[in-house]
Amino acid sequence: MNLDLFEFSPGAYLAPAVDWLNTNFHPFFDAVTKFIEMVLGGIEAGLLYPPPYVVIALATFLAAYFITVRVSIVTAVALAFCFVAGLWTASMQTLGLVTVAVVISVSIAFPLGILASRYKGFEAGIRPVLDIMQTVPPWVYLIPAVMIFSLGRVPAIIATIVYGVPPMLRLTTLAFNQVPKDLLELGQATGAPPRSILFKIEIPSATPTLLVGLNQCILLSLAMVVLAGLVGAGGLGAEVTRGLTRMEMGLGLRAGLAIVAIAILLDRFSKGALQGRRTRGAAETTH
Amino acid sequence: MKTAMNDSNEVLIDCQNVWKIFGARAPAAIQAVADRGLSKKQILQDFNCVVGVSDASLHVRRGEIFCIMGLSGSGKSTLIRLLNRLIEPSLGTITVKGKDVARLNAAQLRDMRARNIGMVFQSVALLPNRTVLENAAFGLEVRGVAKDERHKTARAALEKVGLADWTARYPNELSGGMQQRVGLARALAADPEIILMDEPFSALDPLIRRQLQDEFRQLTKSLGKSAVFITHDLEEAIRIGDRIAIMKDGVIVQVGTAEEIVTKPADDYVSDFVAGISRIHLVKAHSVMQPVAKFRASHPQHDVEALLRTSPDADIGELIDLTMQSNRDAVAVVENGTVIGVVTTRALLRGVAGTPEHEPAAA
Repeated sequence: MNLDLFEFSPGAYLAPAVDWLNTNFHPFFDAVTKFIEMVLGGIEAGLLYPPPYVVIALATFLAAYFITVRVSIVTAVALAFCFVAGLWTASMQTLGLVTVAVVISVSIAFPLGILASRYKGFEAGIRPVLDIMQTVPPWVYLIPAVMIFSLGRVPAIIATIVYGVPPMLRLTTLAFNQVPKDLLELGQATGAPPRSILFKIEIPSATPTLLVGLNQCILLSLAMVVLAGLVGAGGLGAEVTRGLTRMEMGLGLRAGLAIVAIAILLDRFSKGALQGRRTRGAAETTH
Repeated sequence: MKTAMNDSNEVLIDCQNVWKIFGARAPAAIQAVADRGLSKKQILQDFNCVVGVSDASLHVRRGEIFCIMGLSGSGKSTLIRLLNRLIEPSLGTITVKGKDVARLNAAQLRDMRARNIGMVFQSVALLPNRTVLENAAFGLEVRGVAKDERHKTARAALEKVGLADWTARYPNELSGGMQQRVGLARALAADPEIILMDEPFSALDPLIRRQLQDEFRQLTKSLGKSAVFITHDLEEAIRIGDRIAIMKDGVIVQVGTAEEIVTKPADDYVSDFVAGISRIHLVKAHSVMQPVAKFRASHPQHDVEALLRTSPDADIGELIDLTMQSNRDAVAVVENGTVIGVVTTRALLRGVAGTPEHEPAAA
């Protein structure tokens, strides 16, 4: 009996599909590539054009003005480390890459997460998909991403999004399921239209959990962006890869710590920016 | 704003034979009720459906405070949510201001909730990220009222409930009683004719609760609002309500004024409730007095015209005072200058104790 007949190779079916996509939708993927490259290029140029000390000073000032002094100190220390470690360019590339990846991940995950909290059937349907996205080793996404978008930053971003969407989506669903029922009833009883209920009741109540989701999304994206150094995405990932291949302990460690600095910076900044607005809103009404 | 003459008998809310049935087979159960008039027990047996509200009929007039009293699970919370269609009725009609609530489309329903029916919740349901003022203005905000105007209206509503100095605070800085005042101000700010109160004071301590009960009644009356007030506390219902409906297992057992319910309980369930209630300020002269002729027959030695006099609305407390002042054990009840009845000491004691009316054989 030939057991080979029972062998299952999803790759055998997936590879032709990827090929087919590649040949038939090439202009589309090309446009996606161009668009992402353009946005990334813009962010990078903005971060790298001025001298590093200007960027550091500006970011520190923004944090102090809009968020808190504590966040501004964290910002200054994190960015100064990236500069002193001699990894300024790579750090800014990574910052741009993660920012774009997170923005896209959140804009996909947030609406889908709300849908999943409204429709239990939809949630049941996407749950296994999310499980697959989270547990398949991230290297595996890189293969089709590179096949379609070729080497560079775009496949890295795509793979990062695949990795960043599930935590944000799950926590969005959780956040919306946790909105107190009595607040929803209040919205209905006061005759609020669904839009008002969403923006004035649900999203504010869900914010703490949504911030946890955003934090997870940022950290996982950052982890993935580093892996993406393998496919030529540049940035700190490339430095880590270089440190590994050359067995340079110093470079690897510096790049690794710079990644931590960027992670802390992004987390505090995003949290502060989203929560800070609320406390400022409170201050306005006191007079 | 110009309003038509306020007819105090105008019916604002009218419920006719309203049912609410919960469960997977609710539609079949509803059909069975409509066709065959099944009872609650049969519905649970045959369809495994729970009846939340069973054949409830009531009406609320303009300016009236209508209390619905029942223990948990009696269907009172379901009933109040049927009035503004937070819950869809299974059967029966609910008319608010002459409009059949079930026939309103989504936009009309929102408009009715925003303009005609306010609601105050047991859990208060204040938005934690908004100040007291912004919370009070919430109803106006979702209706699209401009910021300055809605804040002005909300501030006025907060003044009415005594929170003018707290507008910039956040809900978590307020005590439970104050939070509930904000809830009331939020409902009042939208200036609805009807306010639905879903056990608003249940979670408060007794002293604050009494204070809020009195304030609520006074405020509602002075603003000319109608209210449907849910409570599990008969004393609260008596303090607040013009009329009281008593619910048990989804059925309205009795509707009446506090005095009617206390003096003529419809069944054992109601009389059990009423047993612990102090009747001194509830029972009035007209319900304990006996006809003049009967008094003359049993007390020939007394001259009715010489008795101390009082009105038919004097409560037992006042009657006791009068009896103590006089040297006779009876008080004459006078309406429009003529004596319409006599309250004897025996009748007073009966009124206080709530024992049924029967004169002893040898008087």
